[in-house]
Amino acid sequence: MMERPVVERRAAALIDHTTAIQAENVHAWFDRLHALRGITMTIPERKVTAVIGPSGCGKSTFLRCLNRMHELVPGARVSGAVLMDGRDIYTPGVDPVQVRRRVGMVFQKPNPFPTMTIYENVAAGLTLAGEGSRKTLDEIVEQSLRAAALWDEVKDRLRKPGTSLSGGQQQRLCIARALAVSPEVLLMDEPASALDPASTLRIEELARDLAKDITIVIVTHNMQQAARVSDFTAFLLDGELVEYGPTNDLFTKPRERRTEDYITGRFG
Amino acid sequence: MTRETFEGELHRLKDDVVQMGVRAGQAISRAVEALRTRDVALAEQVVAADDAIDAMHLELERRCMRLLATQQPMAGDLRTIASVFAITIDLERMADHAEGISRATKRLGLEPLVKPLVDIPAMEARIQEMLRETLEAFRAQDARLAVQAAAKDDLVDELRNRVLHDLLDVMVKDPQTISRALELLIVARHLERAADHITNICERVVYMATGELRELNV
Repeated sequence: MMERPVVERRAAALIDHTTAIQAENVHAWFDRLHALRGITMTIPERKVTAVIGPSGCGKSTFLRCLNRMHELVPGARVSGAVLMDGRDIYTPGVDPVQVRRRVGMVFQKPNPFPTMTIYENVAAGLTLAGEGSRKTLDEIVEQSLRAAALWDEVKDRLRKPGTSLSGGQQQRLCIARALAVSPEVLLMDEPASALDPASTLRIEELARDLAKDITIVIVTHNMQQAARVSDFTAFLLDGELVEYGPTNDLFTKPRERRTEDYITGRFG
Repeated sequence: MTRETFEGELHRLKDDVVQMGVRAGQAISRAVEALRTRDVALAEQVVAADDAIDAMHLELERRCMRLLATQQPMAGDLRTIASVFAITIDLERMADHAEGISRATKRLGLEPLVKPLVDIPAMEARIQEMLRETLEAFRAQDARLAVQAAAKDDLVDELRNRVLHDLLDVMVKDPQTISRALELLIVARHLERAADHITNICERVVYMATGELRELNV
């Protein structure tokens, strides 16, 4: 049997999926620092896409360009386009708050709202959006906590502060909070780097599980995590996309020497 | 283990695979030599030496496991370690075939051979060529050389078929020879299998070098 050439096969693997986000020639700056240099990349729907690269390569910046968080930093600028359903989220008139509802985010350090209970943390986004029905809130809070694999651990203490939970639980609480507003995409910026191995595995399982319904983009420094959790992996270096393709290919036979050197620990 | 020691350990691992390959080749060569010269003592030595090759195999496997567990290798490093894992199994089996040949030699004792040994030493010579090229391809991560080495398996198969036909003739003509002829057939079979193991190693070398896992000589 003739096998298709590797490059063709890799391209086909991406084309075969529906697109969740299309980044077109995305550049980003912090004042004079040119952090992203023309990233063009298709993020497939309901898959886990990992973004890897050494510190300072622009991976977190790229993530933050996908839900208009980058522009919140003073002096930050973005150019290029980020298309969802064919529409650029940077088109004038698009409400960044709406974008961030569609594209949620979870950070490296769990950041539950410190004065709020577990319940209030999860309901925060909805309450802010004006959802007043107690019954609806109850339902969504339970659904979100279940989806974040936290319900069974907290169902009897929903009125306790979010900060009373362990680190791993707090991170799942933040995921539940992000899920409560029904995002289409969840961005995870090193979501497990502050957690112990068992909590890390739970977050990874959760990411895989969530990808049945939503699109996940995860930034990680941990090669094994990227290899375990993602369907596709992008390697960024100095603000450029060096290589992007199915995770299995990238970690067993990268096309680019720079990818090989990075993932085998020869630099970075 | 730091990254630098990891690199060193990978090099040593590859060197030791080559060493094991040389030992397996020597075992085959000495086994055929013992048969040719009817040297039962030499055959016994080959049998006894197999334990050392088995030990090398286990030691290399342990080292691969340790590297996998402590270094989480990726890409080329991962392919190398995974290949070494598989290659040492094939080398160990090759040495087992040398042992099998030696056992046949011992069973034959000093009884006269049913035919002059021509094709069996020729098989052995082909195998040594294949093995030399394969170990060189492994050392240099040279996929083309590995494919070229594996192609020689066909010659070994051809020689084995000739041995089979010749021995059938002998046995048909004189059924008294059957048990002795069968021993030679067993030897030819061991050599043919040894060449198959070298072909497997060639497949691993191609995988190491290119990332393509495919069968050679199908």
